[in-house]
Amino acid sequence: MMLRLDNVTKVYKVGAFGGKTLTAVDGVSFDVPEGQVVSLIGESGSGKSTLGKMILGLVPVTAGSITLDGAPVRPGKEYYRHVQGVFQDPFSTFNPVFKADRVFQLIREAYFPAATAADWDERVRAALRDVRLDPDQVIGKYPHQLSGGQLQRVLIARALLLDLKLLVADEITSMLDASTRIDVLNLLAEIKGRGLGVLYITHDLSLGNYLAERTVVLRHGTVVEMGATDRVFGRPLHPYTRQLLSAVPRLHAPWEDAEPVTSCLYHDGGATGGLAEAGEDHFVACARLEGCLEERLGGRSGGRLEGRLKGR
Amino acid sequence: MSLRVSDLKVHYRTLRGDVRALDGVSFELGDAEILGLAGESGCGKTTLGKSLIRMDGRMRHVGGTVELDGTELPIGDDRRMNDFRFHEVSLVPQYSMSALNPTRKIGKMVGELLRSRGVTPDTAKLLGRLDAVGLPHEVLDRYPIELSGGMKQRMVMVISTLLDPSLLIADEVTSALDVSTQKAVARALAGFRDNGFVKSMIFITHDISLTYQIADTIMVMYAGRLAEKAPARTIVEAPRHPYTRMLIDSLPEVGVRHADRRLSGIAGSPPSLLDPPAGCRFRDRCPLAFDRCAEEPPAAEIAPDHFVACWKA
Ligand SMILES: Nc1ncnc2c1ncn2[C@@H]1O[C@H](COP(=O)(O)OP(=O)(O)O)[C@@H](O)[C@H]1O
Ligand SMILES: Nc1ncnc2c1ncn2[C@@H]1O[C@H](COP(=O)(O)OP(=O)(O)O)[C@@H](O)[C@H]1O
Ligand code: SF4
Ligand SMILES: [Mg+2]
Ligand SMILES: [Mg+2]
Repeated sequence: MMLRLDNVTKVYKVGAFGGKTLTAVDGVSFDVPEGQVVSLIGESGSGKSTLGKMILGLVPVTAGSITLDGAPVRPGKEYYRHVQGVFQDPFSTFNPVFKADRVFQLIREAYFPAATAADWDERVRAALRDVRLDPDQVIGKYPHQLSGGQLQRVLIARALLLDLKLLVADEITSMLDASTRIDVLNLLAEIKGRGLGVLYITHDLSLGNYLAERTVVLRHGTVVEMGATDRVFGRPLHPYTRQLLSAVPRLHAPWEDAEPVTSCLYHDGGATGGLAEAGEDHFVACARLEGCLEERLGGRSGGRLEGRLKGR
Repeated sequence: MSLRVSDLKVHYRTLRGDVRALDGVSFELGDAEILGLAGESGCGKTTLGKSLIRMDGRMRHVGGTVELDGTELPIGDDRRMNDFRFHEVSLVPQYSMSALNPTRKIGKMVGELLRSRGVTPDTAKLLGRLDAVGLPHEVLDRYPIELSGGMKQRMVMVISTLLDPSLLIADEVTSALDVSTQKAVARALAGFRDNGFVKSMIFITHDISLTYQIADTIMVMYAGRLAEKAPARTIVEAPRHPYTRMLIDSLPEVGVRHADRRLSGIAGSPPSLLDPPAGCRFRDRCPLAFDRCAEEPPAAEIAPDHFVACWKA
């Protein structure tokens, strides 16, 4: 399985009569390979959810393409057999007047009408155990009788009942307490072992860092830096990434100790534009690609740059 | 000593009985001290903050006292508390950003608010405070909708501290903000203390890493009671309550990767406060629990300024 985004752009029509436009996503390209968690990091309004919704076929793409194993997104029963989303507020996904396990029943009706009741019940129980829930504590309960963490796991279990290839998880831990969200993260890390790809959308850098093999940093709808997580967060190059990282509150490291980031390492003002390869699996945007990164990096190797960073 | 809370008990009245949201909490807050209040959702943080300034209709002051600068606060008496609110104690509530009146320009709204409290607006002071939090003076001519989340939050902070209250309570004021804005707002709050706009502060957040950045002391609550209170560094580097330790161990610091080190959460959930279990309330989630935990552990001062409510501490 491979999800591929190629130069994806989303322009919303806004204003009273749709007279104005807003470019929420602008020329974004990256892949989510099988068996990997890719985290999409960005501040609010950076276009993360819009990307997630386009991948899920919930809003149309304005330009560029999104393909799953080479085939374009085609929202419908077949597509959702392989691609599912889980969102921030689990309570809004459940109808409070029905029991929480109704979400499983809907999957059965749509995808497995031939399954016998006993067989289906066993499958649901297995999926619940897979997400570390005790089936007896969940089945027959109303949404308000379950915690946010339990409901998020129910939704992941629902997705796992399908022949899933890609899970889009949009801020699914941001309403959970620290004490429970880590278990949901561990769960996402486990399920990728089934060969699933996971797109983990978050504004929380430390959660993305913990979980993802690869990281895409989004700003105003464009990618400013991406690549292997240990490179992007271990050796961030773009001033925006560095600024975000320096603002993350850390234990044992008071903010005072963080290095202030005012502008681009190389130029005054920010740097945006296309992506240049700064090292193995590490890409960074710069406004003056040719003149800047080429010259500063000494071609494609990050070695000289590292020396410069240390020298500062 | 700025604030002294003694055995405070505040319950919510519900059809099913009393929710014992604050069930015997005692602590002190020194002059110029920022106390970070942390703990899982539902442990009573907001209830504590509200109890010190304005109880809602369902809250009932069941017992205990609150003393601010040597004067006992009539927390159970809504009308008598009016003398203290805003003047002596002020609150920046959770979701305060949406509390700004959308139909009034901000400057006009501030003026009306002050006059309704019987105070003559002091423009020079207001402008100085805007400078202190990095807001341009023009915000006074704008409507709330025209401000970003971080700007609105700073505006609410300025308004609630205009009368230089002794105690400021900030409840999850940065929770809805992005990291860089969060840092700016949290630092602005600490600046209020540094500049003497407020004498002391209770900074409520569920995020211990954030509390650690600006608080002098951290108090961790669990199920309506104090679990541990100590200088911020001690809480982070040498916590003694099993709950504090597990909370800190569940935090993925930047640099910790799932592939290298598996963190774990705290299994189970806090007990219902409608009919909380006797003894230590953390007992059914605590890996160290033993017979004695059936009795309630007192908050003992195991080292200077380090209080722990645990038999094993
Ligand atoms: N349905 C919509 N119509 C118009 N604008 C939208 C719509 N959805 C999102 N936007 C705008 O697109 C931008 C990106 O939003 P979003 O994808 O939700 O960002 P994020 O998830 O990173 O916070 C924002 O400026 C937002 O206001
Ligand atoms: N209006 C209310 N009526 C009944 N119970 C309430 C009310 N508000 C809060 N509670 C209960 O009081 C306890 C403490 O809540 P709160 O102070 O809001 O916690 P926190 O701010 O730490 O998340 C929780 O068990 C909560 O369910
Ligand atoms: S008193 Fe007992 S149950 Fe409570 S935290 Fe300490 S060891 Fe655990
Ligand atoms: Mg979003
Ligand atoms: Mg609260």
